[in-house]
Amino acid sequence: MKILVPIKRVSDPDNANKVKITPDGKGVSTEGLSWDVNPFDIYAVEAAIRLTEDGPKKERIGEVVVMTLGPKDTTIQLRRCLAMGAEKAIQIETEDEALDSWVVARAIAKVYEEVKPDLLLLGKQEVDGESNQTGQILAHMLGLPQATFAAGLRTEKGAGWIEATREVDGGIAKVRLQMPAMVTASDRIIGAHAVQNGVTPAGFDYPSDNVRYTPLPMINKAKKKPLEERTLASLGIDAGTRVEYLGYTQPPQRKAGIKVETVDQLVEKLKNEARVI
Amino acid sequence: MGKTLVVGEMFEGAVRKPSLSAVSFALRLKQIEGSGFDVLMPGKGASAAAASIKGCGAGKIMTAEGADTDTYRAEAYAPLVAAVAKGGGYDRIVACATTYGKDLMPRVTAILGAGMASDVVAVEKAGDRLVYTRPMYAGNVLARMAIRTPVHVVTVRQSEWAAAPAEGAGSAAIESAAGAAPEAAAARVEVVGFERIVSSRPPLTEAKIVVSGGRGLKSVENFKMLEELADLLGGAVGATRAVVDAGIVPNDLQVGQTGKIVAPDLYFAIGLSGAIQHLAGMKSSRVIVAVNKDVEAPIFSVADYGIVADLFKVVPELIASLKKEKGA
Repeated sequence: MKILVPIKRVSDPDNANKVKITPDGKGVSTEGLSWDVNPFDIYAVEAAIRLTEDGPKKERIGEVVVMTLGPKDTTIQLRRCLAMGAEKAIQIETEDEALDSWVVARAIAKVYEEVKPDLLLLGKQEVDGESNQTGQILAHMLGLPQATFAAGLRTEKGAGWIEATREVDGGIAKVRLQMPAMVTASDRIIGAHAVQNGVTPAGFDYPSDNVRYTPLPMINKAKKKPLEERTLASLGIDAGTRVEYLGYTQPPQRKAGIKVETVDQLVEKLKNEARVI
Repeated sequence: MGKTLVVGEMFEGAVRKPSLSAVSFALRLKQIEGSGFDVLMPGKGASAAAASIKGCGAGKIMTAEGADTDTYRAEAYAPLVAAVAKGGGYDRIVACATTYGKDLMPRVTAILGAGMASDVVAVEKAGDRLVYTRPMYAGNVLARMAIRTPVHVVTVRQSEWAAAPAEGAGSAAIESAAGAAPEAAAARVEVVGFERIVSSRPPLTEAKIVVSGGRGLKSVENFKMLEELADLLGGAVGATRAVVDAGIVPNDLQVGQTGKIVAPDLYFAIGLSGAIQHLAGMKSSRVIVAVNKDVEAPIFSVADYGIVADLFKVVPELIASLKKEKGA
């Protein structure tokens, strides 16, 4: 099985409250914050690697290609994915500001046509822009069936299908997609048994709650793996976006209230001051 | 003058309430652009259920039932929405940003060749264009954006658009929507099951009171305490991602940037530290109460009332106190 995983770099998601609006109100500055792979995208990479390996034997049985659009130094994030186990990386160099879901989807579609994967696997949303559009737009562009918010994936060796358990309002929907297909990954996709590929034994425990650790030797070794550097223009894509960001503001900040000592005080405040119970 | 198409949402034969948040957005457009709106309601039982919202102010409600639409699949619904939008000359297509709206609307966007604004919290007219406000960076930035294509696709954040009354303004005609062939990809997806999360409590996104727990709760057994508290208050139960990841409660109860976004009158944050991803899902609540034994927990910086104490002492006391109130 061959899987294409597009990733995006984002500023440190645990410090999103430290992003600043530029003085002219036209931009968002993430100065001082480190870059990382969007959490859901790195989950997608982890899931893709699990789908294409024999877990206990640590043997690769498929291929994972990762790609990103962004400035030149996004090779750092791509190298991390290669160190995790991906076979190949493709960078499409561009400025972050020149992008919207539509431009990104067209660029990914071009790469998809070249790579011809069985599965297009993305994170369910970016934690910076939070649009949650690209995967679904791509699915239509490429004529693929889609499963968003996948918390689990199951396939069998050589099967032409993949089953996704989708976290949706009111429950869990299970869908079976004939590949090639488009899937977006949710929080739970990195659960210990969330990904079943029919080769890794079903009971095999992946270390839960996180993606695999990449020690230095693996990062060094990954430097020998192919990383193609290209540009948006070389794909024949103009950066004509369909949406335009006009400006940014900070939402009103909530202030800390008071501390109460006892439950009786709390109940009294909720009843007589806030009047919410 | 534009025309708005509201894409409604069905669940088990009834109209889901978020549909009325999308209507609320359409009413706002009517106010600022003078544009009327209609509702498209696809799904099994839609033609019977449509009557329940016929007073919402829509000109008409178009329903779609049958083999292609009885079970939701984006590959069949998106071409239907797009065909109705094109056929009726609608230039604003809106749904609520539920998992349904999030799954469906980008695919509609792709078919229509339109631009899309996700999770919109406000809209205004600036000159001759509509400007949408939407949160980014876990709610730490509000972006103002415009769509360059003539057709706009929008999803709205439910917590910011109070459900429009289903009864009141006029009486919409109910008719069948012109059908549309599913995409070829629809034949390559099969819905093989739906595991419903059954709960007697109000849905998180609709409850006036939410009782949420975090890592401090530690187990299913302990979480029962929060359920008891929620039941006493007629509220819903929520949780942090850590609690959902640990399998203590179902995913449907996750509050946060990537779970449910809620803004109830009263939000109890119990045994949770207040990571920014969680704050993104609840900081628009009217009143926030935090219970945590760590005085440094960031949750206290957004709480109106905080108790620095062990939740295992506070929650039972709170339950006892509320029971006494009720009895009194």
